[in-house]
Order: sequence, then C-alpha cells, then structure tokens
Amino acid sequence: MNKIKKLTGMPLFLPIFCMILVMAVNIIYDVANGNFALNFFTISIRNGILYGRLIDILNRGSEIAILAIGMTLVVSSSAGTDISVGSVMSLAASFCCMLLAGYGVSSTNELAMPLIIGVLGGMLMGCVCGAFNGFLVANLNVQPMVATLILYSAARAIGLLLCNNMIVYVRVPSFKVFGDYVGIIPTPIIIAAVCIIIITLVLKKTALGLYIQSVGINKKASRIAGIKSEKMIFLCYVICGLCAGIAGIVAASRISSADSNNIGKNFELDAILSVALGGNSLGGGKFRLAGSIIGAYTIQAITTTLYAIGVSTEQAPVYKAVIVIIIVAVQAPPVKAFFKKWSAKRQLAKGGAA
Amino acid sequence: MTFPGVKALDNVDLTLRKGEIMALMGENGAGKSTLIKCLTGINAFEAGEIHLEGIEGAVVNHSTLDAQKKGISTVYQEVNLCPNLSVAENLFIGREPRTKLGTINWKEMVKKAQKIIDDLDIKVDATQNLEECSLALQQMIAIARAVDMDCKVLILDEPTSSLDDNEVEKLFTLMRQLKDKGVAIVFVTHFLEQVYAVCDRITVLRNGQLVGEYPINELPRVKLVAAMMGKDFDDLAAIKTGEKQDFSKAPLVVDAKGMSHKGTIKPFDLEIHEGEVVGLTGLLGSGRSELARVIYGADKNQTGELKFRGKKADINAPIDAMKLGMGLLPDDRKAEGIIGDLSVRENIILALQAKRGVFRLLPMSKQIEIADKYIDMLQIKTASRETLIKQLSGGNQQKVILGRWLATDPNFLILDEPTRGIDIGTKTEIQKLVLKLAGEGKSLIFISSEIEEMLRTCSKLAVMRDGQKVGEITENLTQENVMKEIAGMGA
Amino acid sequence: MKKRKINGNTLLLIITIALFVVMYAAGCIIYGSKGFTHLQTFLNILINNAGLLCVTSGMTCVMLTGGIDISVGSLIALDCMFLAVGMERWGMNPVVLCILVLLIGILFGIVQGFCVGYLNIQPFIVTMAGMFFGRGMTAVICTDQVSISNETFVAWANKKIQIPFGIGSYTNSKSVLQVPFIRVTVVIALLVLVVIFLMLRYTKFGRNLYAVGGSEQSAAMMGLDVKKTKMYAYILSSFLCSIGGICFCLNTMSGNVQQASGLEMDAISSAVIGGTLLTGGVGNPIGSFFGVLINGTISTLVKTNGKLLSSWSNIAVAALLCFFIVLQSIFAKIKEKKG
Repeated sequence: MNKIKKLTGMPLFLPIFCMILVMAVNIIYDVANGNFALNFFTISIRNGILYGRLIDILNRGSEIAILAIGMTLVVSSSAGTDISVGSVMSLAASFCCMLLAGYGVSSTNELAMPLIIGVLGGMLMGCVCGAFNGFLVANLNVQPMVATLILYSAARAIGLLLCNNMIVYVRVPSFKVFGDYVGIIPTPIIIAAVCIIIITLVLKKTALGLYIQSVGINKKASRIAGIKSEKMIFLCYVICGLCAGIAGIVAASRISSADSNNIGKNFELDAILSVALGGNSLGGGKFRLAGSIIGAYTIQAITTTLYAIGVSTEQAPVYKAVIVIIIVAVQAPPVKAFFKKWSAKRQLAKGGAA
Repeated sequence: MTFPGVKALDNVDLTLRKGEIMALMGENGAGKSTLIKCLTGINAFEAGEIHLEGIEGAVVNHSTLDAQKKGISTVYQEVNLCPNLSVAENLFIGREPRTKLGTINWKEMVKKAQKIIDDLDIKVDATQNLEECSLALQQMIAIARAVDMDCKVLILDEPTSSLDDNEVEKLFTLMRQLKDKGVAIVFVTHFLEQVYAVCDRITVLRNGQLVGEYPINELPRVKLVAAMMGKDFDDLAAIKTGEKQDFSKAPLVVDAKGMSHKGTIKPFDLEIHEGEVVGLTGLLGSGRSELARVIYGADKNQTGELKFRGKKADINAPIDAMKLGMGLLPDDRKAEGIIGDLSVRENIILALQAKRGVFRLLPMSKQIEIADKYIDMLQIKTASRETLIKQLSGGNQQKVILGRWLATDPNFLILDEPTRGIDIGTKTEIQKLVLKLAGEGKSLIFISSEIEEMLRTCSKLAVMRDGQKVGEITENLTQENVMKEIAGMGA
Repeated sequence: MKKRKINGNTLLLIITIALFVVMYAAGCIIYGSKGFTHLQTFLNILINNAGLLCVTSGMTCVMLTGGIDISVGSLIALDCMFLAVGMERWGMNPVVLCILVLLIGILFGIVQGFCVGYLNIQPFIVTMAGMFFGRGMTAVICTDQVSISNETFVAWANKKIQIPFGIGSYTNSKSVLQVPFIRVTVVIALLVLVVIFLMLRYTKFGRNLYAVGGSEQSAAMMGLDVKKTKMYAYILSSFLCSIGGICFCLNTMSGNVQQASGLEMDAISSAVIGGTLLTGGVGNPIGSFFGVLINGTISTLVKTNGKLLSSWSNIAVAALLCFFIVLQSIFAKIKEKKG
C-alpha cells in the first residue's frame, strides 16, 4: 500500500503510466493479430529513412509536443487554457504559404520570397496572435478561454482570406524539408527537439520558470515581491503563440500546402490533454515541462494506436474526450476529498479488524 | 475550536439580552471572528453549548442557513447579497411570493419589500438594482433581510469599515430601531467612537479568552484599549523605556508629503531618517498597513509625492520601490507573502531574483548559499531547504519572508505585523533583528498590534486613527501616552 | 414608470439594438436593389437562424451562472446525424426520433452539469470535452453525408406559414404575388425564446440562475442550492440545444459530421453581443435575440454582396465579439474603481 502511494506520488507517474499502458495495448493488439509482439518498438531503415511505429509517433507527435510547451506555460501562469492554438497554427501556416507563393496564387513551384521570410512571417504571425490573447487576458482581465475563443473562431477565417479561399500549394523542396527528412531522421522530430532544448535552456538559465510559477501560484504575493505579473502572463501567451506558429509551419510543410480548414484541427484538445496528462494542474501554478512533453507523445501514441486498431480520424476525439474528463475529474477537489475519505474509512476498517 | 498550533477560542462565555446592543471587541486574532463563526454554524466547536430563547436544550447550528432559521443572522463587512439583482429580490430570494400559477409575483414582492424597507426607514426604491445602491444602503438591506427573516440575534461583523460618517449615523439609527423592537445585536468594530455611540455593553476578548463584560459607562476608552491589549492601565504608567536617540540630524531617507490612496488612507506626511525605526500604531483598520503600502507602491499613491534619499521617487509598482532599496513584509502572510507551492529556497531568493531581473538567474550554488544563510540566521525550522513553504508553521513562514527581504539587502524595510502568530522567543529575536538592522544604518517602519514591542524598538511612533495619521509621538514614549492617542483623547 | 438611471448593462443592450438597426438600415440602402428591403429577407434571417436562436437561449442561461457551454455545435451535429441516420437507415418514426434526440440532449446535459456543478471542474474544460465527444460520436454513427427524404419530415420542413393580411406582400418581376412566410422552425424558436424569457423572469429557478451568477457565495449564504442550479442550467442548455438541433435539421435536411461547426461561437457571440456578461449574472434572452439577428444580418449581408468570402462573416462576428468583450471589461473596471 505504501509502495503504491510512493509510486503514484512520483512527479512523472501519470504520463509514464499512461505511456506504458498504451504500449501494453499495442503489444496485446499485435499478439492478438498474430504479429511480432514487439512490433511497436521495432525500428528499421527502409529506403534510407528511419521506419517504425515508434518513429512515426515521435514524428507525428512533434506538433503536439511543440504546442504543449506553450500551453504548459499558459496554464501555469494564468490558470486557463489557450484554445486558439489549433486555429493559430492554421493561420500561421496560411500566412507562411501566402508569403512564399504570393497572394492569390493557388499553387507554385518556385518561391515568391526567400524561404526564411516565409518561415519568420509564420512565426511572427503566431506571436501576434499570442500577443492579442495575452493582452486580453493580462491587461483586460478577460477569462483566458473566452479571450482565446475569439481567435479560435477568427484565425481560421483570416487564414482563408489570406489564401483567397484556396488551398495554397507550395511545391518547393526547400519548404518541404520541414515536414520531411534530414538524412534518415524526420525533420519534425528535430524541430521539436530543438524547441524543447531551447525552452529547457531558457528555463534553466533564466529565472523565467520561477517567475511564471510564482505568478501562477500567488499573483498578489508575486507582485509584492517585485514581479510584474501582467507582463509574465502576456509573455506566456506570446510564447504559446510562437509555438503554435512553429507547429503550423511544420504541419503545412508536411502536406506542402496551407489547408486552412484542416491544419491544426482538434490540436487544442491534444495540447490541453498533454498538459493535464503530464501531471500538471489545470488550475495553474507549478509545472513540469517534461511531463507535458511525455504527455504529448503519449497522446500521439494513443491516436496512432486508435488508428491502428481501426478507429477513424473523426471518431478518435470521442476517446480523447473521455480521457480528458477522467483525468480532470480525478484531479477535481471534491473527487480527491471523496477518495481521501474513502481510504481513511478503509484504513479504519482495517485497524478495527486487526 | 482550535487552529493549528493556536487555540483560537478558549472557554469563552457570552450572554446577550433581548433588545440590547453589545460590542464585541478585541485585537486581531483575539477570537472575535471564531466566536461568530461558532455561533452561526460556519465552524464547529469542541466544547460548550449555545442556548437560545424559546428553544429547549442546547442549540447546534450546522450551517449559516440553520442558524438563520433559528434566528441568528449575520451581516458581514462585505455584503453577502447579489449585486445584480434588485433590492426587492435580494430581500426575498429563496422565498419569493408566488402567484396561483406558481410563478413569482413581482408586484407582491416589490410591495412587501417596499414595506419592509419603509418600516425600517431605509430610503431606497425596492425596484432598484442593488449595485446601484451605496455600500451603506446595501449593508442596511442585508440587515433588513435578516430582520424580515425573524432574526432574534443580529451579528454585525465590522459593518462600518467602508462607510463614511454620514452613512454610519444612518446605520446606527437603524440599529437603535431594531433594538427597540427587541432584537439583540452583536456589533463588531474596530472604531472606538462607534462603540460608545450605540452600544450598551462591551465584551472584550483577548488571545481567544474572555477578558470581561462591562456596561458601557463603566469602561472608559483608555481602559477599553488597555483591556483589549491585555494591560492593566495602572501598571502601564510604570513601564518606561530607555533613552532614545535623536535622529533629527541624520539624513532623511523617506520624505512623504501628502501621499494617499482613495478609500484606504487619507493624505499624510511622514519623515524617516537613516537608522531610524518608526512605528505605526493604531487599531486594526486604522490605516497603518495602508500607509505603508502606499509608500511601497503596493497601493498606488494618488496625491502628493515621495522623496527617497532626497530624490523624487516615481513608484508605479513594487518593483520600482525595490530597486530603490525598499522592502515590504505584508501583514497578510498567506495572501500576499508566501508562494505556497514553491520551496523555502525559492521563496527566499524570489525578491532578490526579481530585483536582478529575469536574465540574471542566481546560480544554484548561490541560491543554496543564500537560502542556507537565512535558514541558519533566522533559525527557520524546516525539513530541508527544498520543503514547500506551505508545509511550514506560520512563524517559520514569516521568517522565510523576512529572509526574502533581508536577502535583497534593503536600506528601508517595512515590517507589517512581523510578529503576529509567532511564539515569544521568535518575537524577541525579530525585535532584536530590527534593532540590529537599524544599528547598521537601515531605516525601518515597524507595525505591530503590541505596543510594548514598538516601544522597545521604535524611536518615533506615528498614530493612526480612522484612515488618517493623527499624530506623532517622539517624546514621552509610554504605553499610557500611546493608548491615549489611539483612543483619541490627545496627550 | 419612474425615470431610471441608465447603467452599463442597459447601455450595452441599447448599443446592441442600435447596432442591429443601423446594420439592417445600411443593408437596405446598399442592397435595396437585391431585395434586401423585402420583409421576406428579414424572415429568412429568422428561418436560417431558428436553430441558433434556441441554442442561444440555452447558452444565455448557462452564461448567466457564469459558465459557458461550447459543446452545442457538436451536439447539434450529433442530433442531426442521429435524425438523418435514424430516418434513412433505421427507418424510424420522426416523432420518436425527435423525442430520442431531446433525451440525448438531457443526458448530455446531465453529465456536463454534474461535472461542472458537483465536481467543480471548469465549465470550459468539461464542455470542450463534450464538444469533441459529440463530434466524435457523430462520426461513430456515420461518417457520410446523409440526406433526409422521410416524407413526414420533409412535410414539416416545407410547411410555409404565410403572414396574414398581405403584410409585406409584393409582386415580383414576373407579376407573381409573393406572400412572405415563415417556417415551423421559426415558430418553435420564438416559442422557446418566450418560454425562456418568462422562465428567467417569473420562476424561482430563473431568478436562482441570476443569483448564482451574481455571487455564488452570497447565493449559497442565502440558502440557494448552487450546485443543483448550475447542473440544471447545463441540462437546460443541452436540451434547448437539441430542440435547436431539430430546427437545424429541418433547415438542412441532412446529417453531416462537419455540420454546425463553429455554432458554439455564434451562440456565445450572440449572447455576448446581446448584453450577457461573461462573468455571469447579467443578461436576458431578448438581448440574445438581437444578438442572433445581428449575427444573421452579417452573414446575409456577406451573402447578398456575393463577392465577399464567407469567412468575412466569421471575422466580422469575432471582431464584434472582441469589441463587446473589451467593452464589458472596461465597464467592469470602471465599476471596480467606483466601488
């Protein structure tokens, strides 16, 4: 009993536990279908690139992992979630492709502008969206989810306008590289890794992490201690926007196009789910980035597994929604209090019997 | 009822007669609110009984609602009504008059409501929205609701804190009316004048214990203050403090002229010299914390100006004050002091880190060094420096916050109730520390409810009353003089 | 009637109504030649937005408690798909199906309401999960577009209720008399609106919604069951949403996974534009009605123009929402300063 408590009390217990659960489901599924039991873990090189379900998860999970970074900071500092990330991804992708192809061009084989401008433009667009959300939340005190609701609905529409209501194709190898391979490794994995390393370094080498957590835990006390709470919250939203921008560019590059209606679809749920699954409280405060990132890949593993089992893309949200509710409900104070009472009662019963 | 470490209320008796107004007095933490919470069923109590007129046996209230049904109603400082509803609805919600169809009968409700408020001589239109009424009116409407629900005992918990004199007078008229109707009223306030204006009897609590019940005419103001503070008036005159240094020639550190914050503190002047400890004294709610907050920039200064070390200081946020070398240890430790989910180490280095800026992170070795230094110096009892601060006892939390400010090496430090809820040993340590800091040439503002502490540490006392600085005592610093000033009798 | 001071909330409502009038008048002037001035154009706005009107009424109730329900769009998709598949593939009776749809709505509301009211989870998280669940379940039922050809249902959908006494009638270019009409859905929606208006004003539950939104703590102190009130608000919202789903289905005559996507946004913005405060406690269905009309007018204007992309109406609505949110927060700040 005590050992279990120790185990469940470990900081990264929840995400790792879920990850193991997903792997177990995969193994059982493979065995049941008469495949090699460790199919899930097999990595091979085919046609000069890495191949395997694990690699696929890491690759496909890149966008979610990048979004999870920003979402973790937003949740920690403002005790609310940014539900606009999916739409902002789409907008950033549209803006990037619009810059690269030129306005009103639906398909191009050559770049209208240097690649770097398109990419920076996409990232900048993400930052602008983040700044808009941040301003509403930090300075006007609008509830985070309501504030981000505006862009949640408008960003996609703006993206469509930028692309003149078309799907803009950028069929240029140099653009394609972000969603493709560098050597034998899928580029998104590298991009996600770079983002994770940068943010980890920033958190390690500056006091940002301390500030954000401090603001998230006690805004008033942080202010007295000399931290500008509004500024911190604003910054978190900008970073979240930037992350959405990067994720958007990767997503666009994968399909060589800006498909406003489909890029980043349902990603907000995945990003929030990653944060919750990572053992971070959606009520703000302390955060563990590592948890969110493991959470993100776990989500992707769940998605990939669902697809492998034969659940369609459109049906997958059902399962994810159920998982969200279970995770959040378990963390809810009334439920926690109930479990405490229950375990105390059991302990009492045990003591009585002995 | 006990709170961790402290017994909040210990064997207190309270009798209340029909048709009287009784003042419940006591310093902060004396157990007034705990007593009220026990009466109204918010807190459970461990020993003792409550008896009510007309009810056989002891009464146990399980919730405020329960208490209301038995005739005990409470009106709090922050009004517990719905601001978005009309006056009439606030009076009747939960028991609205119905029509034959079971729908709400608005006409009837407004008519009844208007009658209730007219009967109590409250001048307001029942159809008005509550948020359009002044706070005083809202307070009275809350009282009207209680009265209409057949309350026999009405507890008014600091109803006057945010009212102006005129409004207070209206409230008193209402209270007297209710008294004539046979309602027993418990009146909790920090304002002495108000006690003498309406009350018949005074019950004084101190440190969770009953000091005594007195008819109003047998307890003059100074004696009341003495009773609240736990000093026998006659003994007080005997205590004299040592020689005080003259600071008037030392360079000025703080020179405040006409600073104020609307609603909390009226314009004040204050001068603090280098190496000087200035005490702010007055009853709770008299504006002592608020004055300090305005200087520090925790509440924005709205008039006048502040010169810090001879230079005009523009302070928009606490960080600006910190950069000038100020520090503020707030009185509400939980709400404004500790960052509960962070470790002791993080809590200690937080202010220093904020001062250094986000990019110049203190290296971990340095953080540990600083944390250990103050854990050691202040003898903070914690399992380790990585323990979450919320797991520490109140006194140790306070020391951590003190360590946080000492770490920033301030030259002007404001300590607001640094000794509240702390054991005697630590209190003495903190006082010694204050004197030591002053000896190093730092200036301090020291705020405490315990006058003795201030007499021991301060060379000048500024006296606060009703949100205003009413005087300074530099000579003849004795408890007797200070109490007279606080009580508003002039020395 | 005594003269009343205009407070921030009434001002918001006045701004909304004025905005609608100005917008519609502008439409009449600019697109007069395209038939914008005909009564039928106005009635079409009602017909097209009957479902939205039901949903917004429910949304207003939830928002009064200080909550929000973003699951409505996908619940409508679920309802429509259920109706469509039920009639076309399972050959069920439309009346039975409609009752089932309403039951689904209530069930949906119970789960969401329980999570919000009793488990104290943020409404946004709960209803977002609901949103994805609903959309996913729609896909579980069927991933194709299913058109409805059930005779009874088609008859309901095509029933025209003509405006009597020739009000707004005109003869078109082919000299055929055009009598303006509404459809069954409009009647349902307006009925819902009136019922909700009366409920909010004249029943205990309605007033409790306001009280809970005004101050949860005070409401509890005054003896109201806050948890239950919140739960019922979500049940009501999902129930009205299902009525809206039926109206919506009568309009589109099909079920589709992507149906009504973004409708939650329209409902929320209609309520907010109509003067419902996001913080709860203030709002009324009449305001929300005008919110819906503004929403409808914007999309009609964009459609009438013909050249503008449809995303413009999304952007315009979002911009309006943003404007009103900022306005509300400014009012709140002013109020804070006063207090």
